[in-house]
Amino acid sequence: MLNIVVCVKAVPEPIAASNLKIDPVTKSLPRLDIPLVINPLDSHALEAAFQLKKKYGAHITILSMGPPPAGNIVRECIALGADEGILLTDPAFAGADAFATAYTLAKAIEKNGPVDVVFCGMSSSDGATEWVGPEIATFLNMPVVTMVREIVEDQGDEWIVKADYERGYRMVKIKLPAVITVTRDLNHPKPLSFSGIIKARSKEISEWNHENLEIPAELVGLKGSPTVVTEMTRVESRRNVKLIEGSLQEKVDRFVQILSEAGVV
Amino acid sequence: MIDFTFSEEQNLFRKAAREFAETEIAPHVPKMEETGRNWEPVIKALGKGEMMAITIPEAYGGLGLGYVARLIALEEIAQVSVATAMMMQVCGLGIEGIVKYGTEEQKKKYLPKLATAESFATTAVTEPSGGSDPKGCGTSYKKVDGSYVLNGRKCFITNSHIADVQIVMAVSEEIPDTFSAFIVEKGMDGFKATHEERKVGMRGCNTGELELKDCVVPGENLVGKEGKGMSIAMATISDVGRGGMVGCALGLHQACLDAAKKFANERVLYGKPISNLQAIQFKLADMKIELEAGRLLGYRAAALQDKGERTGNEWAAAKYFTTEAAQRAAKHAVDIHGGYGCMEEFPVTRYLRDAYVLGPSAGTSDIMKVIVARWVLS
Repeated sequence: MLNIVVCVKAVPEPIAASNLKIDPVTKSLPRLDIPLVINPLDSHALEAAFQLKKKYGAHITILSMGPPPAGNIVRECIALGADEGILLTDPAFAGADAFATAYTLAKAIEKNGPVDVVFCGMSSSDGATEWVGPEIATFLNMPVVTMVREIVEDQGDEWIVKADYERGYRMVKIKLPAVITVTRDLNHPKPLSFSGIIKARSKEISEWNHENLEIPAELVGLKGSPTVVTEMTRVESRRNVKLIEGSLQEKVDRFVQILSEAGVV
Repeated sequence: MIDFTFSEEQNLFRKAAREFAETEIAPHVPKMEETGRNWEPVIKALGKGEMMAITIPEAYGGLGLGYVARLIALEEIAQVSVATAMMMQVCGLGIEGIVKYGTEEQKKKYLPKLATAESFATTAVTEPSGGSDPKGCGTSYKKVDGSYVLNGRKCFITNSHIADVQIVMAVSEEIPDTFSAFIVEKGMDGFKATHEERKVGMRGCNTGELELKDCVVPGENLVGKEGKGMSIAMATISDVGRGGMVGCALGLHQACLDAAKKFANERVLYGKPISNLQAIQFKLADMKIELEAGRLLGYRAAALQDKGERTGNEWAAAKYFTTEAAQRAAKHAVDIHGGYGCMEEFPVTRYLRDAYVLGPSAGTSDIMKVIVARWVLS
């Protein structure tokens, strides 16, 4: 039976997140009133685990780092079909960058026990660094493949995966245990069901802090982060309107020229 | 201290119901509106989505959840399609009659298929002679050799043409003022759905008439005791039928508010979105306040019902308030849209039509006030 860990992040609900305002002093996004949801790409990571469980049998552990409300997201993942959940929650974890986050998650994976595969979404909808998955692999001394869009071979401990690569893809053979980050092309996440929610009642969610992980506070959270956000601005995107004049043929020729200059055709 | 928050589990139920409504029901709504039918894929989806199993006990293939969970599911589904929520809630009304008053044999026979929507249900009480006055019921029965023979006509019955299992109320031909309830199955000799209604709103929700002509119903299809049909029908309509209408009304009301807010934020007049105008803001405020008030009435009634208490009065108050409020909300939403509120491509036109069907369903607003007045004076 496979031992699978799925790293899941609780992120601000996308539509509500468009109302977030940047704090000019701390350069952060205070999130107090915005509802949290499963990071969309993590849903695909979770679905990959469910499909393996259906095929071969697996024990799926959800691992999430966040404030106490993130526990609802872990419960939701269990309602979707995971076997247990671990919430890493501690004021000391606050302000962590990708490095400190990955370090903390890696320590939790080590503490949890032997693992065959760690699934992560390729990136989060809020931070979007794409660094956490590869950094977890580095801390755990495991191979990693990012941007996986298809698991081609998954029997035994040598898998073949298809991963996005620039304008194409690459086929990668990877030996387990490994970290795999996934794209939305990998699968269609299954929906939440009432019966799943009922079954989740009996499943356990553990809460671990930095003391449970036996790591000093200086190595986690803001204190453990080698990077710092110095500036944050909202990017306004506007449509660029161009009116093309002339006869129909002239308009078509000019339109094709514009597309060609933009590299579209 | 009273805790007015939903539990983590209830929030998950809401999320599951919302996702279900948006992905499995919403795609069918345009065709339901256009044709007044297209309920087959919707019913199939309700079964697959476990929506019909909510109040059926686990022993019979259900989820064994309560009325708060039911109200949550109905509210979310109604935001997308009141027609679907209406069919679902009336099926739940038929289910309730069997769960609360059925024999063990009836439960085992009917509930598992109802839980998966392989089978659908309804309760048939209203007739041309009596809806608000159920004692005016003219559909009659007489006992013949251990079976019952029914004769009569029912009208305005939701799920009339699609329900496999119908709980029909009839009056005894032999004993005055004696009403009984029977399970009549689709396909029984002498029983058929006749005229299909085309309603102004809730299009795609099947409504029509039933005819019973010397329909022989086996003795084991009697629901509860003979002579208890009126109390069975009224109890299920009071507690479950009206509870279902509250779910429909709350969902529609939320949809009206969402549409009004969206339009108000996008429509620019005098150089600014009209949401900046107090006249528009006051309408939005009215809609919001009444929605929150309706939720408190509805979820309180459902919570009391989950505790096993009688809730006919609470549901009457909630049904009156939420359906009337939803009608006002629909009018506000149309008004906020201005001329666009008359164009069918904007959903608020559907919401206005749907809102007016909420009123007389499961008892008119006037009847609800009669019930509440009795509550006050008791």
